[in-house]
Amino acid sequence: MTDLATYNFAYLDEQTKRMIRRAILKAISIPGYQVPFASREMPMPYGWGTGGVQVTAAILGPADVLKVIDQGADDTTNAVSIRAFFQKVANVAVTTRTREATIIQTRHRIPEETLTAGQTLVYQVPIPEPLRFLEPRETETRKMHALEEYGLMHVKLYEDIARNGHIATTYAYPVKVEGRYVMDPSPTPKFDNPKMHMSEALQLFGAGREKRIYAVPPHTDVVSLDFEDHPFEIQHFDKPCALCGAEHVYLDEVVLDDKGGRMFVCSDTDHCEDRREHGHAGEMLARQEAAE
Amino acid sequence: MGAHTEIHASAYAGAFTDPVFQSQSVFRALMDAMARPGTIMPLGASATPPAPLGAGAGAIALTLCDDGTPVWLTNALVQSSVPAWLSFHTGAPVTEIKPEARFVFIEAGGIVPGFDQFALGTQEYPDRSATLVIEIASLTGGPEFFARGPGIKDEAIISPKGLPDIFLTLWTENRGLFPRGVDLILVAGMDVLCLPRTTKLRRREV
Repeated sequence: MTDLATYNFAYLDEQTKRMIRRAILKAISIPGYQVPFASREMPMPYGWGTGGVQVTAAILGPADVLKVIDQGADDTTNAVSIRAFFQKVANVAVTTRTREATIIQTRHRIPEETLTAGQTLVYQVPIPEPLRFLEPRETETRKMHALEEYGLMHVKLYEDIARNGHIATTYAYPVKVEGRYVMDPSPTPKFDNPKMHMSEALQLFGAGREKRIYAVPPHTDVVSLDFEDHPFEIQHFDKPCALCGAEHVYLDEVVLDDKGGRMFVCSDTDHCEDRREHGHAGEMLARQEAAE
Repeated sequence: MGAHTEIHASAYAGAFTDPVFQSQSVFRALMDAMARPGTIMPLGASATPPAPLGAGAGAIALTLCDDGTPVWLTNALVQSSVPAWLSFHTGAPVTEIKPEARFVFIEAGGIVPGFDQFALGTQEYPDRSATLVIEIASLTGGPEFFARGPGIKDEAIISPKGLPDIFLTLWTENRGLFPRGVDLILVAGMDVLCLPRTTKLRRREV
């Protein structure tokens, strides 16, 4: 890496890192509250995870092992380019294995494998304000958080039930953190919401364009909003993963041909690969082997 | 004259030898300690600030303070070469006005002012509150408290030694202001124990 020295370690200058680090400490002290920070321009467009990248850059050290996932996958464009970015500007060790990573930067998924105390999960967040689509004015949403006035969110969920018979929100499903702040878990499927509750790992959220950082410390209450007669439920899948046969995991639909053929596979590629290495085989994999 | 020269010399020396990586390692210890209140974490790097500021508190100042963070110091620290040291190495302005300070440094045995004299943040912006770095004799061996709250599995027991008797009262009042309130970093030597405003403390009766 001859060009490593062209930039400061992990790309950001030290002044910026200090500013972000101070924001992270306050975010941890006020779980679920969005701390404003002076988000920098990054060498990638907004929407590509500039918030997550800045948080990762501020916490990353030479001893870390970094994993980056995009919708659960290690091998999609966003994950590959962010991983390559940190290899280039920080020369950091990278992995695709969840259990080997100390920092996992994620776009829209929480790994299937339970995270542990030594790990930090960094979320890329597009719109950090859970009330934004209900109230466009920042001055008003800020006041609503200040006064703990979340009636509007419950009305929204109620209207879901009135129209559809159930709460139709399936991703970015709002949660209440430690009984105080309503928080956007980023556009993760609601399937992942229960994993945030009382997690062993520290969870940090970075929104670059919206200039907000927030956090959920380990062992913190994270409750998905619901009603007594319409309790929160996660998605269920009829079939196991077509490749590794895993059940109770989040599956992606893959279209196979133009005749209606399709398969459902693990969204978490590392989890799927690990299971296949350990001899688990799903329907499609077994069929392929039989054909060979 | 000799003393004068010595003040200046100590103000210019004693910062990190490898600022990028040492401040990263100190920050990670602080982040982990703040995320897991009650856990004693060793700081990964030390500094040599002028007395009476300790090595651990000095390292925290170098890691978190800059020209955007006014600092409040106790009388003993103001009268030492610590303000010159802070100014030279971090650019942080020293303020006498307590509510203006983003960081507060109190040396071991120094008088701890009431927490509500410092910035507590507002209901809209609770993050705009002070962080107090308090050096104490030891993070163990003092009166025992049960600690509960985010970051703590079930319940932890902490026993910092060297805090004023009124500490529990001050802390309980601070906790009652949530989401406003100050956050504490307790330092003994090179170890830290953090108490974010979310932590509830209760005296353990012996």
